[in-house]
Amino acid sequence: METEFTPWLSLGGGMLIGASAVLLMATNGRIAGISGLTSSIFASSTKGEARGVSALFVLGLLLAAPIWMLVSGSWPQQWVPSSPLLMTVAGLLVGFGATYGNGCTSGHGVCGISRGSARSILATITFMTTAFLTVLVARHVIGA
Amino acid sequence: MKQIFALLSGLVFGFGLIISGMSDPAKVLNFLDLFGTWDPSLAFVMGGAIAVTAPGFFWLTRQRNQPFFHTQFHIPTRTDVDPKLLSGAAIFGVGWGLGGFCPGPALTALPIGASGTLIFVPFMLVGMWLARNTPDLGRSKQEGAPS
Repeated sequence: METEFTPWLSLGGGMLIGASAVLLMATNGRIAGISGLTSSIFASSTKGEARGVSALFVLGLLLAAPIWMLVSGSWPQQWVPSSPLLMTVAGLLVGFGATYGNGCTSGHGVCGISRGSARSILATITFMTTAFLTVLVARHVIGA
Repeated sequence: MKQIFALLSGLVFGFGLIISGMSDPAKVLNFLDLFGTWDPSLAFVMGGAIAVTAPGFFWLTRQRNQPFFHTQFHIPTRTDVDPKLLSGAAIFGVGWGLGGFCPGPALTALPIGASGTLIFVPFMLVGMWLARNTPDLGRSKQEGAPS
């Protein structure tokens, strides 16, 4: 299925993501890494105040689409794979891998690269590579 | 105040994901499909985000000793590249390529209620819990877990 190339919307949306990361760092001193913030909510080592900040950030994420719906009158356009088995495996791998590797697209890909962190740059190259290879195999080897 | 700004940051992040198209797995999977229906949009998402975050972090950490409503900047200090980092990233990438969701977009898309998202998110949380409770085989116990 083809999707429309949206350079300006993607650039603008990306800049909003960056603004969010700067805002969270400026006010709370936290890295806007979604896997880190989310998993810290139910990690026993997290202190109460940090847990509250993480939970509120995630709550903000969860409220974005409903507010979008209220203002614009329609949900954001999307197509989500529907295979239960595929999405079960994908969810487990994403949750485990991002947390085990200390970050995901936001924590390593945006915040880490912005700090010039060698760990994050290597992590980003690694997950981009395996993601490209996974789609290559799924769509052009198995799906061909 | 810090709580209000945490909520606001999450909200702005979510709007950014929606506007950029990142919360739509179809666009993510097409970005990853270099040899098929390639959609380069997501390179602009990452570029735009880094173009704001990099100077923002640089300016913040030089102008200020601490955040506005907290005692310190919690910035990762580790510089070693360990097997845990790379194996975790590799596993994450496979899951990202299968479902088209990474954690932020999946949470943002959850209220839209697509069946695939409703399956993905709970299992993502299970995966996170498992990783938080998996000992780091490459490091000794005394060193403790990083943030």
